[in-house]
Amino acid sequence: MSPLATPTQTFTVTRTDLVRYAGASGDLNPIHWSDRVATAMGLPGVIAHGMLTMGLAARAVSGWAGGPDRVVSFTVRFTSMVVVPDDDAGVELTVSGEAGEPGDDGLVPVTVTARCGEQAVLGRAVAHVRVA
Amino acid sequence: MIDPATLVAQPLVAPGVYEVSRAKIREFAAAVGETSALCQDVDAARAAGYADLVAPPTFAVVPSFRGLYEVMSRVGAPLHQQVHGEQGFTHHRPIVAGDELVTTAVLEKARAVGGSHFLTIASVVSDPTGEPVCTARSVVVVLAGAA
Repeated sequence: MSPLATPTQTFTVTRTDLVRYAGASGDLNPIHWSDRVATAMGLPGVIAHGMLTMGLAARAVSGWAGGPDRVVSFTVRFTSMVVVPDDDAGVELTVSGEAGEPGDDGLVPVTVTARCGEQAVLGRAVAHVRVA
Repeated sequence: MIDPATLVAQPLVAPGVYEVSRAKIREFAAAVGETSALCQDVDAARAAGYADLVAPPTFAVVPSFRGLYEVMSRVGAPLHQQVHGEQGFTHHRPIVAGDELVTTAVLEKARAVGGSHFLTIASVVSDPTGEPVCTARSVVVVLAGAA
């Protein structure tokens, strides 16, 4: 039996969310808000901050673990870009997890999968959480 | 832009101290959809044994990137050429409102691949006594062929 339930979480990401994250984090890179700069850099369009994707994934982990203070470590690779269209619908990000057995330190490893459509957008995403 | 390899293993200290405010924690929590009372309600945070509001786990990007930006400004790479490749955080304790944080960063590794540069940057976020609060490791790709 898994030591932790990890119900799948779904998040919608719109251009407004990118602007909100840019302000909250201080990451003003224009590839996250300017189509002109994004396409000039060879990107398909404005992309979400990797850190927004990681932040939403961490929010899912925090929910599974029972609080943001229980997430002791979290490491990800940004394997695929999340292109966010300039419309009201945005894109959907689905975050699922699989908890493993606790290590000697008592922390539970959680392997996290984040998908935008069929595309995995995080790789080697592993959190370690305190459950007690 | 300089050859990043010349900066490897030189510790750089971000200027000044980053003061963590309640407003910034609430704002960041809203931006990542974190609804825990620990991030919103001071009484709930204190009841859980914390001095003040608890930051979401990836809030650590705010103080740790102060060090990363220090490295990237020395490298001289324009912001729009930078793409985030990897990120990891290890928390020695949660960041809470009222924390005063200093950040030291070091470019651990610089690898050139076909005109792009893969930079591995390690940051340590500490309290004023030097006690580490969070360690972070980032890979930033500086893309070739800037527009």
